Amino acid sequence: MIRVNGADRPLPEDPRILLSDHLRHGLGLTGTHVGCEHGVCGCCTVLLGGRPVRACLLLAVQLDGQEVTTIEGLAPDAATLHPIQQAFHECHALQCGFCTPGFLLAVKGLLDDHPDPTKSEIQEGISGNLCRCTGYANIRRAVRRAADLSRGAR
Amino acid sequence: MKPSPFRYHAPGSLEEAVGLLASLEDSKVLAGGQSLVPLLNFRLARPAHLVDINRLPGLDRIYERDGGVAVQALVRQADALRSATLGRLCPLVPEALQHVAHQVIRNRGTVVGSIAHADPAAELPAVLLALEGEVVARGPGGERRIAAGDFFRGVLESALEPDEIATEAWFPAFTGPHGLREESRRHGDYAMAGAVRAGARLALFGVAPTPVTADPKDPARDLQPSGDIEATPEFRKHLVAVLTQDLFAA
Repeated sequence: MIRVNGADRPLPEDPRILLSDHLRHGLGLTGTHVGCEHGVCGCCTVLLGGRPVRACLLLAVQLDGQEVTTIEGLAPDAATLHPIQQAFHECHALQCGFCTPGFLLAVKGLLDDHPDPTKSEIQEGISGNLCRCTGYANIRRAVRRAADLSRGAR
Repeated sequence: MKPSPFRYHAPGSLEEAVGLLASLEDSKVLAGGQSLVPLLNFRLARPAHLVDINRLPGLDRIYERDGGVAVQALVRQADALRSATLGRLCPLVPEALQHVAHQVIRNRGTVVGSIAHADPAAELPAVLLALEGEVVARGPGGERRIAAGDFFRGVLESALEPDEIATEAWFPAFTGPHGLREESRRHGDYAMAGAVRAGARLALFGVAPTPVTADPKDPARDLQPSGDIEATPEFRKHLVAVLTQDLFAA
């Protein structure tokens, strides 16, 4: 069993199923996007034990008994956005949205490590995720805004 | 783009893992998987067996020994980067880790795995070579230590036997002048060329089938780097000269 967003879910029998494919095809959690499938684009980023990792570089069977959070598990409930989602919304930090789930979870890890990140920490923190639409400027703004929202500023 | 079929093994002890490697034909050790799984996904590697060492107990420590710091096989790069012990005794290691891929990759990738993978363009093998560190390997016959100078044999090829597991990387304490410089087309990519300084010692990466030591006064002598879409051999030699000059100017 694997714990996904707080619920116990089955693991695949075939060991070569990547976590990214198991989430999408086995568990129907299609918010985890699959871009390059070799660890470069960052679209499939999920949290493993609270830390962001690439779901396409893990075999699902490796995670027996472990805790994974996908984008579906980020917001507290269906009616409320997580502060990082709120910030991306406010700052228009997405266009097509394909890369967005990966960005949100990478930024979650970044803000857990650096609740008040510097410009260079923001730059470094999102450098492993590719976005082909925005040019990153609004994403950087959104990370700053997310840090402020998370720390209670309005 | 999926791995070809393999048998998956998740041993619970180091003895069991070594036993599996000794008994199985065509097996690979899976640690962080940040280099191996891309190779599996592209089917550039098609091992019959994967031996996942992530569940082995007691292999996740960073500790002082023999005048240096040992980093065990399951220490994630992100944890080594933040290690106070490495920062105090071997600051070159955390400094180099800042250049290894991205934070999200470092959360899963291991220090020892990066060394055992022996990618000639990777930072950590060159760091081990510049510091004259060692790899500790465990096989059916027991444990042995392999000096960095003997460890790297070719592209993705190390001195590890098929039935051995690299259990530790050991870095001698060094707080003298040190640094790492590299040039890559995109932040976080493998470098077109890179240089590591530890005192008077210089190691280069990305310019030969293995990391190599070089004379800081004439670092590009005897180098015959390959050319590719990112850099010509001449440009790589130029980079080596410039990066070395920069490292030793301080």
